[in-house]
Amino acid sequence: MSKEILTTQDLHLYYGDKEALKGINLNFDEKGITALIGPSGCGKSTYLRTLNRMNDLIPNVTITGTIKFKDQNLYSPSADTVEIRKEIGMVFQQPNPFPFSIYDNVIYGLRIAGEKDKEKLDAVVEKSLRQAAVWDEVKDHLHESALALSGGQQQRVCIARVLAVSPEIILLDEPTSALDPVSSSQIEATLLNLRNDYTIIIVTHNLQQASRIADRTAFFMNGELIEVDQTKNIFMNPAKKQTEDYISGRFG
Amino acid sequence: MTSKKQNQLAIGALYGIAGLVVLILLALLGYILVSGMPKLSWHFLTSPAKAFLSGGGVGIQLFNSFYLLILAMLISFPIALGAAIYLYEYAKDNWVTATIRTAIEILSSLPSVVVGLFGFLFFVVKLRLGFSILSGAFALTFFNLPLLTRSIEDSLRTISDVQREGGLALGLSRWETVTRVILPAAVPSILTGVILSAGRVFGEAAALIYTAGQSAPALNFADWNPFNISSPLNPMRPAETLAVHIWKINSEGIMPDAKAISSGSSAVLVLAILLFNFAARYLGKRLYKRLTSA
Repeated sequence: MSKEILTTQDLHLYYGDKEALKGINLNFDEKGITALIGPSGCGKSTYLRTLNRMNDLIPNVTITGTIKFKDQNLYSPSADTVEIRKEIGMVFQQPNPFPFSIYDNVIYGLRIAGEKDKEKLDAVVEKSLRQAAVWDEVKDHLHESALALSGGQQQRVCIARVLAVSPEIILLDEPTSALDPVSSSQIEATLLNLRNDYTIIIVTHNLQQASRIADRTAFFMNGELIEVDQTKNIFMNPAKKQTEDYISGRFG
Repeated sequence: MTSKKQNQLAIGALYGIAGLVVLILLALLGYILVSGMPKLSWHFLTSPAKAFLSGGGVGIQLFNSFYLLILAMLISFPIALGAAIYLYEYAKDNWVTATIRTAIEILSSLPSVVVGLFGFLFFVVKLRLGFSILSGAFALTFFNLPLLTRSIEDSLRTISDVQREGGLALGLSRWETVTRVILPAAVPSILTGVILSAGRVFGEAAALIYTAGQSAPALNFADWNPFNISSPLNPMRPAETLAVHIWKINSEGIMPDAKAISSGSSAVLVLAILLFNFAARYLGKRLYKRLTSA
């Protein structure tokens, strides 16, 4: 039994008056991949975004309950969102490389943190891009614009960019839904590569994707966590009726 | 009438209207350039104006125009940049920002002669700056600030929110995201806005008549000490600009070649503004390439 790195207790989130998350209790062990699945509007992306406080950017959001990262309450008044997001990185649905070179994209976090040693930066760029399984494709044009890459390559550069600041947890919000099948499978391979070193939480609409890569799967519906278990159990032998209906394609 | 016919008719009418606009523009530009070109010469561009005799130039006015432009930009750009960043990146959508936006809108539609008269009463008289480059630069700042703020805000708006999220999710603070991700990405479009507004400022006359004044005292271009009264850099001297010069010789010019000088000055003004526009496009593109692919 490995250590729990992230815990959520009785998490409620309201957009104005509307309750979008209705008391979520969900814990994550260190390392491995957890997939969050569920029909559109079930709150899985909203939940993911509470984990590194990206919901702070949306006006009119109220959040109650506790989220603890290594015993530190993410929503305590003294919590530093900048520090939190260095530990808990995020990759988005739409690949969003900055309009700079590939090299500059990857070292952005470090450079702003004040790292100037060229050799060290070079090493981080290579290591991160290798981890994100995109090094071979981009190593000859590191100093060209990241915007010239294909969508799948851009997304892997975005993953490398997150890896470069060496977070403990990586959140991915439907990272392959804007990509073609080949790029998607490359991203999946990348994630499988990283599962032993990072705690990965991924929101996905693609049930096959969840079954292929996730160690654990959590099923959300109508703002509630219905069930969480080993991926195999969720897909082969779900405990709840709603999970079974969803998995077998009866709705959603 | 069939919808296909309607469509053809509409396209035809739109082409006609667009053609008319282009035609008017070309005719105007052509007239100004054709009537002004014969006057253009190195002598005309560099020698001082003469009040009663023919053969005067616009050298001092031309220098004044550029000097005023640079000063006005130096003052207004940082303020406009700060205001735009605040309004777009930080301010919440509430009545305070709505009020600020409305104020900017109103300020930007203020007739420039009103700005000029305000500048006269406030900077020239009240603050005792006199008819001076400084008064003119402040008046131009008032004239330019709302337009520049709007244009910079629009530039920031063109940067997609996923870039902001990307920066924040990487553990950058709001400020770092703005200065290290958003601004570099927006620089080309900001630069274009700045240069285009520079064109407007360069051609402005009404705001300057009562602030920078209508006289162009002789300058000693060998003296660059800004504290000397005849130094070109002295910000406290009165400084008639090119646009004011055109206005003045057309309303009270008594030199024999007033008409030719006015035409020549107009041509210089139009050429300078054309130059600004082309420079804006060229630099914007170059800079974007430079910044985005190192």
